[in-house]
Amino acid sequence: MPRHEKLIAKASDVSIEVDNEESIDEEQDEETDNDDSDVESEDIKKTAPRNRKENGKKKTKHESEDESDSSEDEKKAKSRKKNMKSKNKVTEESNDDESEKETNKNRKDGRNIKSKKKYSDDNSNGDEAANKRRKEKRGKKQADSDSEEEDNRAKDKKKAKNAKAKGGKTRGKQKKVEEKGVSRTKNKGQHSTGSSEEKSDEEEVITEEDMDKLKEEVEEKKKLIATLRNKPSPMKQKLQLLKEAQEFVEKFEGALGKGKGKRFYVYKVMMTKKWMKFQRDFENFKTACIPWEMKIKEIESHFGSSVASYFIFLRWIYGINMVLFGLTFGLVMIPEALMGKPYGSIPRKTVPKNEQHSAMNFATLWDFGGYAQYSVLFYGYYNHQRSIGWLKYRLPLSYFLVGIGIIGYSFMVVIRTMASNANEEGGGDDTSFNFSWKLFTSWDYLIGNAETADNKFASITTSFKESILEEQENRKEGNIHLTRFLRVLANFLVLLTLAGSGYLIFYVVRRSQKFAQQGLEDYGWWERNEVNMVMSLLGMFCPMLFDIISPLENYHPRIALQWQLGRIFALFLGNLYTFIIALLDEINLKLEEEKIIRYNITIWENSLYNGTWLGNSSTRPPLDVDPAIVPRGPCWETMVGQEFVRLTVSDTLTTVITILVGDFFRAVFVRFINYCWCWDLEYGFPSYGEFDISGNVLGLIFNQGMIWMGAFYAPCLPAINVLRLLASMYLQCWAVMCTNVPHERVFKASRSNNFYMAMLLIILFLSTLPAVYTIVSIPPSFDCGPFSGKYRMFDVIQETLDNDFPAWFAKVFSAATNPGLILSFILLMVLAIYYLQTTSKSYKAANLELKKKLQNQSEENKKKSKKNADAAANQMEQMQNSMKNDTTRATVGQVDNIRNAIHSSNQPSNPSACLPSDRGMRLVAPPRVAVTRPPRPRNPGQLPGQPRYPGPQQYYGARPRMPRGGAAYR
Amino acid sequence: MGNKQSVFTEEQLDEYQDCTVFTKKDIMRLYQRFHALALQNIPCHCNNREDIKIPLQLITEMPELKENPFHQKILQVFSEDDQGFMTFNEFLNMFSALSNLASNNLKAYYAFKIYDFNSDNFICQSDLEVMLNKLTNKELSDEEIQLVCSKIMEEGDLDGDGRLSLADFEYMITRAPDFVSTFHIRI
Repeated sequence: MPRHEKLIAKASDVSIEVDNEESIDEEQDEETDNDDSDVESEDIKKTAPRNRKENGKKKTKHESEDESDSSEDEKKAKSRKKNMKSKNKVTEESNDDESEKETNKNRKDGRNIKSKKKYSDDNSNGDEAANKRRKEKRGKKQADSDSEEEDNRAKDKKKAKNAKAKGGKTRGKQKKVEEKGVSRTKNKGQHSTGSSEEKSDEEEVITEEDMDKLKEEVEEKKKLIATLRNKPSPMKQKLQLLKEAQEFVEKFEGALGKGKGKRFYVYKVMMTKKWMKFQRDFENFKTACIPWEMKIKEIESHFGSSVASYFIFLRWIYGINMVLFGLTFGLVMIPEALMGKPYGSIPRKTVPKNEQHSAMNFATLWDFGGYAQYSVLFYGYYNHQRSIGWLKYRLPLSYFLVGIGIIGYSFMVVIRTMASNANEEGGGDDTSFNFSWKLFTSWDYLIGNAETADNKFASITTSFKESILEEQENRKEGNIHLTRFLRVLANFLVLLTLAGSGYLIFYVVRRSQKFAQQGLEDYGWWERNEVNMVMSLLGMFCPMLFDIISPLENYHPRIALQWQLGRIFALFLGNLYTFIIALLDEINLKLEEEKIIRYNITIWENSLYNGTWLGNSSTRPPLDVDPAIVPRGPCWETMVGQEFVRLTVSDTLTTVITILVGDFFRAVFVRFINYCWCWDLEYGFPSYGEFDISGNVLGLIFNQGMIWMGAFYAPCLPAINVLRLLASMYLQCWAVMCTNVPHERVFKASRSNNFYMAMLLIILFLSTLPAVYTIVSIPPSFDCGPFSGKYRMFDVIQETLDNDFPAWFAKVFSAATNPGLILSFILLMVLAIYYLQTTSKSYKAANLELKKKLQNQSEENKKKSKKNADAAANQMEQMQNSMKNDTTRATVGQVDNIRNAIHSSNQPSNPSACLPSDRGMRLVAPPRVAVTRPPRPRNPGQLPGQPRYPGPQQYYGARPRMPRGGAAYR
Repeated sequence: MGNKQSVFTEEQLDEYQDCTVFTKKDIMRLYQRFHALALQNIPCHCNNREDIKIPLQLITEMPELKENPFHQKILQVFSEDDQGFMTFNEFLNMFSALSNLASNNLKAYYAFKIYDFNSDNFICQSDLEVMLNKLTNKELSDEEIQLVCSKIMEEGDLDGDGRLSLADFEYMITRAPDFVSTFHIRI
């Protein structure tokens, strides 16, 4: 290494000297530049400071300047320049691939540098001998190069042409040649470089191949840098590798690209560098923003990955809701609150007169009536004015687009997550590696708590014992008829429960409508909150019922868990849809009511005009009445929004109460009453609660479904949900840490992950259905909400197209939305889906095929080795037999023995089959072997011992050789 | 993060980020952990970081590793010297490989190293026995252990040499549904 350093030092010295010489001339050059063309000199000045840092960039700049006069010329020069470098490299390129694998790449790079330095040394000294040599070389290379003529022409041209162009070129060239020293030499004189330029021109010619190779290598190094973190090698080595690769890339990156593309290439490289840096910073920022990392880690170490997966899911949902909240809050609620008409200005923004006395009561507000109802929280408050405030903010349009955007965004996120999850999952089948997986993956490395660790040990032991039993007995047969009967019975019971709960909800919703029609004031708290309470209670108790029913079925725990999940899912779904259907009924009622009220209002208005503005009915003046006494329609949208908000709130409360009662008080009771109780409470009947992962996840999913459904009619819903999730995060973290015990049952977290996501997707789809249905097919209320007065809500798009966009755009849009185009588009999509599905199917089939092949091969291998072993054993036996039998023939002599040895060595047989036999021969006394294996003049393919020893052992021993030929073809 | 500059230079951090799956914040946190493990051994300015070593016993006491039945073997795999010391580089490398962002192949490689208890580059019968005993607190009988071992060999041994090579192991483990989710330590 010291030698290298010396050389490098020498090279850089030289280059510095050159620089000094040149820098004197440099000023003159610039003057001449000015003569030549102002633009260029300006350019040089501008680029100068930057060049100090970036050689490659500067070079390209100059070259591109020169492009106009001598682009061809320049190309040549450039390529030659590169050739010089690659010339050195070519010698090593072949090694370089290997050197990647080897760790001592360092040395080679060093050599590389060294030789380059040498070259540059020669260049700048420029003695005659070297010149000659180079000329010779050049001649040789020209033969290789694409066209000799061009080269010559280029040279002539260069001489004839303005010095500046040359200077620029060579400057760049020299920079490349003298790696380090050059960085300081950004402003070299043209004349002096002009002298050295010819030499450097002559010495190198480059071929495309070399450049490609170089490019490839740089790419490879880049790849190495990118994948370094996933290389299994010690840190020190990695750091070293990284440093080398980075140096290499930095050195040669600038040399790539050609001609006009070069400038672009350098620019691209620079931008990718900056982009990478930005990405890294952004990544750092992103991870810094992830909340609750430590909390989740703590839970993970106490309960293992399964419970933690719930909290990670919760956090993920929280993230989605933050985005939804940002959309609704920032684009709908804030603009309306700041720029819309203030409260009390128009009827829809005022509490009606007859409600005002109770509008501020807590009970009313808790019910989201009164002032809460007439606020930005709900649909009805928004005005249908096309644009509001000094920004001319199109509120109705924004309201509509946000509603659509929420759904679109959610779909996108859920599907993307599902896809990435699917990629991560290996997708193995359960049977092939049962025991291996149990052994190698059952320990959860996240566990950092002694109690959990003990539980884990125990559960691993039981699972092993279970599978051993299964393996030994291979399945114990119970009474199939009884099991079947019980299963049918269980499902029947479950269906009954589902139907009952559905009917109950339907009945309750109907009843509440009746109450609502008669006026809620006459009824107590229960009647008012009946629907929500019933739904929450059903959600609480039905799963317990299912839990009681499921032991009847006698399924394996994992399958039982899936059934349980499916049933709860069905229950929730049924409840939700019953609720929605009841709501739709109510909407229809309200629509009827609206017609009557509309009629009444016209009468009322007429009477008003007749009383105060006689005869002036054609011009309608603004009504001069208190907006609070104006009669108004029922506004079904607000009603729907209110229902969903109430449902969400009561759901939250139920969760909190369940945690408090079911976990906290139970834990307190068990903990403190245990001292004075007749049996052990902690390990006996009540015990501490376990964290119910599946129930909690399902609750979360359905809650999210309600948010998606209701967010259009109650923009405050995401905000409420964010609060709820925040609260439940902290509450559940606390509850799980201080009141729950780790699971006894093994629960697979990773498998169910996508299962949950799939359910979320289904819920998303099912909850968008009613929302989209109401948006598309029910006319909006006439006197409330941003779409009042329109026939349908989506008319707002058409309105915007007509008013805010140029006519041609509207034309294009209507052309694009005509049924023919859309239909064909849908057809295309269907075709694409079909195609993709087919290909994926075929991939799957190919995968299966490969797997089968692999299995076959492994079995073959196993068989082979087993047979080999058998053969060896047999041969041994045979030897021993012959030892007993053939004592008389011991005198046959050693000649035979030797021949036999030769023969056996000639055999082209399986070495593993042959080897033992040799060993056996050596073990036994030589003369006897001669008897067992007499010399045979036959061709070696034939089995040697056959005719003489037709005994069964010989056949046995020979057999393993047979399949070998066949196996090679297989 | 005021002490970030004083502990590492930006360049060092960048290099660490290139070599591991961690972000700046993680690296700093890891350094803090490392620092806390042996306060007296490490100076605040780690100009000669390579020289600082802390004994493996101290690392074993970390809550992340304490309950792990394989912790000694893990540390042995990741530390380079035989005297039972570990540098920060190795420490970082260890948690990088065990983090959930590391690639499956890397994890499989190190899992193989860890489970290869007698370090002969193959997982053989004796390794499996050791592992089973560690995982079940020696509650399985000898026959059961033999049965499990033979079953595992039957399943995983593709080339039929009676022991699991790295290739066998990788093939088996990368198909396991739980491997990625369980073979990681959150730090």
